[in-house]
Amino acid sequence: MAIFVKGVIFEGVDTTAPDCWHIDAYMARGGYQALKKILDNKMPQEDVIAEVKNSGLRGRGGAGFPTGLKWSFMPRSFPGDKYVVCNTDEGEPGTFKDRDILLYNPHALIEGMIIAGYAMGCKAGYNYIHGEIFEAYELFEAALDEARKAGFLGQNILGTDFSFDLFAHHGYGAYICGEETALLESLEGKKGQPRFKPPFPASFGLYGKPTTINNTESFASVPFIIRDGGQKFLEAGKPNNGGTKLFSISGHVNRPGNYEIPLGTPFATLLEMAGGMKDGKKLKAVIPGGSSAPVLPGEVMMELTMDYDSIAKAGSMLGSGAVIVMNEDVCMVKALERLAYFYHEESCGQCTPCREGTGWLYKVIHRIANGEGREGDLELLESVGNNMAGRTICALADAAVFPVRSFTKHFRHEFEHLIEHKKSLVDHKWC
Amino acid sequence: MLSAESLAKIDRELAKYPADQARSAVMGALRIALTERREKGATPEERCLNSEVIEFVANYIGIAPVAAYEVATFYNMYDMKPVGKHKITVCTNLPCALRGGMNAAEYIGKKLGIHLGETTADGKFTLLEGECMGACGDAPVLLVNNHSMCSFMTPEAIDKKLAELE
Repeated sequence: MAIFVKGVIFEGVDTTAPDCWHIDAYMARGGYQALKKILDNKMPQEDVIAEVKNSGLRGRGGAGFPTGLKWSFMPRSFPGDKYVVCNTDEGEPGTFKDRDILLYNPHALIEGMIIAGYAMGCKAGYNYIHGEIFEAYELFEAALDEARKAGFLGQNILGTDFSFDLFAHHGYGAYICGEETALLESLEGKKGQPRFKPPFPASFGLYGKPTTINNTESFASVPFIIRDGGQKFLEAGKPNNGGTKLFSISGHVNRPGNYEIPLGTPFATLLEMAGGMKDGKKLKAVIPGGSSAPVLPGEVMMELTMDYDSIAKAGSMLGSGAVIVMNEDVCMVKALERLAYFYHEESCGQCTPCREGTGWLYKVIHRIANGEGREGDLELLESVGNNMAGRTICALADAAVFPVRSFTKHFRHEFEHLIEHKKSLVDHKWC
Repeated sequence: MLSAESLAKIDRELAKYPADQARSAVMGALRIALTERREKGATPEERCLNSEVIEFVANYIGIAPVAAYEVATFYNMYDMKPVGKHKITVCTNLPCALRGGMNAAEYIGKKLGIHLGETTADGKFTLLEGECMGACGDAPVLLVNNHSMCSFMTPEAIDKKLAELE
């Protein structure tokens, strides 16, 4: 993978150098200075959290919840064990940013998690890593050994009375474990089936103890925030959308990859950075925030800026920053069929509306795509979707319904044409 | 049932979790057991997990066999069915499809003479369709034997990879 434009996390990281992930290279870039600053000055926990709040950092995993606020929910005075957990279970189609953090700058994540552990009074942390990126898991374990050897992890860190340890845990093929309570179940060695909320993880998390779960990119942003100040981070983005953000661009562009750019950058600029449309084809549609985010027509997208508020106003989500670009040759029914198949495969089976509904959605879209659609199928999709969204323990059902609703809304004529004429309006080519 | 080396690896997994939470180590322990079987197994049947191995792992870490079996069957990378010497999983999800994922799956299938989900008659290759591997920017992407990710798999790159997998 490649990181083509660098911001807060990748500034100064030479991703072409094989040793860029090592602790020496990280420290030469100013790494672990934030942790030293906190420990040398005995910085009060509240001050660390206040700095994160000031930065305007919003959760990079998809929900965009303010990270500092989340940290303040942890009962700091709770006498028993508390945990900090990182969600690197990156399996949302279109998203591939956290893997690059593990491969090229893992110590930024480790330092960020140690600081989080300090701020919330946690005794240990776990990084839950997507099973399919096993090589990144092994490299992360090697980075943890380096941090342990250098005295940044373990008992009495840097000679202070602060102790914290951190471990890696891998998934093994279940998208649902990216949902935070399913992730906790999986970390406990169970099937990854989401829990009812409340209670929220901040009061009842890993092993029933208070737990805070953040995304990889969120934690990896923390060392910068503490070292250079929350204000500087905020200024790197725009108000209420602090910092730079990693955007993973895939699909029909010339240079797919990761781009770490200020939040608020126009989509048109990002597309240009990615080398523009492949083969000079016309932009048809964009999914701006991972497969669960509603699709937007290309012309709508060209008017938007890449931040939480702008994309939300247009009726979609910035999500994890996964931008899937499609050109004029794509049949939108076929595109939706791929996504519907994914959610059908990945439903954990716990809630009936999702287990059955994702299968129905896939079967109906599949038959439309194959020229076997029936009159009333679009109404059927709508009805099935209405019986799923908001009726299950977690948001996977909603995530499966959003693409169906948005594809059939913005590209309804393609579905209608296929149902009526039994063939696609588009001379479909994947690439 | 497992080598001393695999057991030492499982011990390292156990050390990551509080002493009363050994169950957390089941995911790593099953992966270690599967990896050993894949490397040593002479037939497709010997390369996957089965109830004896799962029970052994459960007893070793001190949990009920059914708890380990639940995990082995829930997560799709634990092979519960006979599998070829080289398991090739192709991502065919939307972002990969837009960059040739479907074509890659078709190309490998034709070359090996099998459909998705099948194993070659000599037991050498199994071809599967996978779901998002978190590497869409590198599409087309293959995962070989669960742990080795191959990027930008054009037909030429596929030819080269298949030739390497002896």
